[in-house]
Amino acid sequence: MRPVVVAGVGMIPFERRDEDSLVDMLAMAGWNAMEDAQLGDRSIDAVYVGNMASGLFNHQESVASALVDRLGLMPAAAERIENGPASGGSAVKNGFLGVASGFYDIVLVVGGEKMREVIGPKATDVVACMTHPQAEYIYGVTLPALAGMFTRLYMEKYGVTHEHLAMVAIKNQENGLLNPYAHIQMKITMEGILTHPQAHINSPIVADPLRLYDCCPVSDGAAAILITTEEIAQKLKRPIVTIAGVGQATDTHTLQERSDPTDLRAVRISSQQAFKMAGLKPKDIHVAELHDAFTILEIAESEHVGFFSKGKGAKALADGETRIDGKLPINPSGGLKARGHPVGATGVAQIVELVWQLRGEAGERQVKDASNGFSLNFGGFGNNVLAFVLRREA
Amino acid sequence: MDMDIEIYLRPPELETPPYPPKVITLSTGKKMIVRQVDREAVPILLQAVKPTLEIERDYYDIVGARVYAELLGWYRYRVRDEFCLIGQIDGLLVGIVNTRSYSPQVDISLHTLAIERGLRIGAHLFAAKMEYSIEYLGREEVLITAESPIGFRRWMIEYELEMRDGQHELGGATPYALTRELYFRNKDRLVAGERPVPPELMEFAEREIIVASEDDILEKILGAKRREIR
Repeated sequence: MRPVVVAGVGMIPFERRDEDSLVDMLAMAGWNAMEDAQLGDRSIDAVYVGNMASGLFNHQESVASALVDRLGLMPAAAERIENGPASGGSAVKNGFLGVASGFYDIVLVVGGEKMREVIGPKATDVVACMTHPQAEYIYGVTLPALAGMFTRLYMEKYGVTHEHLAMVAIKNQENGLLNPYAHIQMKITMEGILTHPQAHINSPIVADPLRLYDCCPVSDGAAAILITTEEIAQKLKRPIVTIAGVGQATDTHTLQERSDPTDLRAVRISSQQAFKMAGLKPKDIHVAELHDAFTILEIAESEHVGFFSKGKGAKALADGETRIDGKLPINPSGGLKARGHPVGATGVAQIVELVWQLRGEAGERQVKDASNGFSLNFGGFGNNVLAFVLRREA
Repeated sequence: MDMDIEIYLRPPELETPPYPPKVITLSTGKKMIVRQVDREAVPILLQAVKPTLEIERDYYDIVGARVYAELLGWYRYRVRDEFCLIGQIDGLLVGIVNTRSYSPQVDISLHTLAIERGLRIGAHLFAAKMEYSIEYLGREEVLITAESPIGFRRWMIEYELEMRDGQHELGGATPYALTRELYFRNKDRLVAGERPVPPELMEFAEREIIVASEDDILEKILGAKRREIR
């Protein structure tokens, strides 16, 4: 396989974007990535679009074909990649394979979703279409419901508390304040969301024990990366950040079939694959973007990735190790919790953030001396997961 | 002013007990004072309402235009038995709600205008005016409608309101009722606030109603600031 370089990155702010269509958003993010790469007159061979449900959210399909036309990139190949909330990560992986295999030289990967076109309950229902139709969905299972049950088990087994969950929310919303692309720009406090006698009115239960501030917002947004060969990247005027490791693993469709539902097997395996390919270990990572669609996931994933031993993630969080100025900053972008989670965009946005961090272009949220980054994009409820290791080359 | 005619034009007014101010701790940890204001506050409130007249998002323009007319009408004695509560954080006006009494048994909820968003300020203020109508004015029910889908979710769905026949006075939409029974069933879940308000907080709130600039109000409602980095 050839080394693969992220030569350009771009995003648009995640928020509610009534005035933009899905293809508008994809095009803006894609344009920003192409501009960042300073490609000159080189042409793009292929475009991969990570998108989960444009048909259900926006009544539009074939968005990759629409995007190449909007950007004037014909006759580039174009495909939409769907893998639930890991659609973005899967699109990145497919783009990576295209370049690594030698089949393409320059690939644009864009992830995007326009979820606010429908009302909140409908958005929750669309995302719940990922669950097993007969074993889960028919009983009213949603992703917050699965996460709620997972959280309860995790609390019982590993002593994670409501305070720990709130710490994730508070940290990531603080980080979001430093990220102009983040949907949620609001500092919250432990008193306001948890300890005040009336905090339950500010943060009502969504799926016990998860409360409103334990859940990511429903967002519109898009993010893009332009990837190419090392040879071409060296001719461009941008710092070289390589995709050094890629992993992907799956698990049972239904949560109930897992012998230990608190074991995120696909997270563990995909992370191991990515680290092995990169020739690095979890301790070598300087900054990570994890998939905190629910606060519990940041804690659980930080353990399954191998950053902390099982049951120790909450303590590391409480000790401040995962803050921007901590030993291993997690979600300096604000994560899904604050940056937002337009599902198809998230896996790409994580890579964008890592590239900014590894280039030293992350502004006020810059992690000091970061040269190795890690991202985890969690599809389904952990049944299809992608992991990436990125490395800043000297 | 010719008071000979004016006394015929001004609607009569019910004597009502005042709304006792309260303080709500928001998710940011900041304290929002909720208090009743009288007519004399209207000119300053209108400064905050005016920028919303051109915001289409979430029907702010319709809500803003109607609130403007309701407050102005109250100020100039052309609306009967209206009350107005406001929310202030560090003196800054963050929301306005108003209601009109139809009879000693029934109030008609008029509007909820949240200037600061994302903190349940609209929901807290709506709950406060329901608290006033039911608990302090002793109404049996409040008739409610919504101009926006957000309002519909917040009021009709969260409070499980009962649909009523007839027309709401806001545009003739279907009215929904918050009954005394529904209010008390939902109170612990939706009505926040502590009394008494610490004197220093109350004094600060009463000293001045601070109104954000037009640009700030647009940014708070539309989140327009970050457009610059596109």
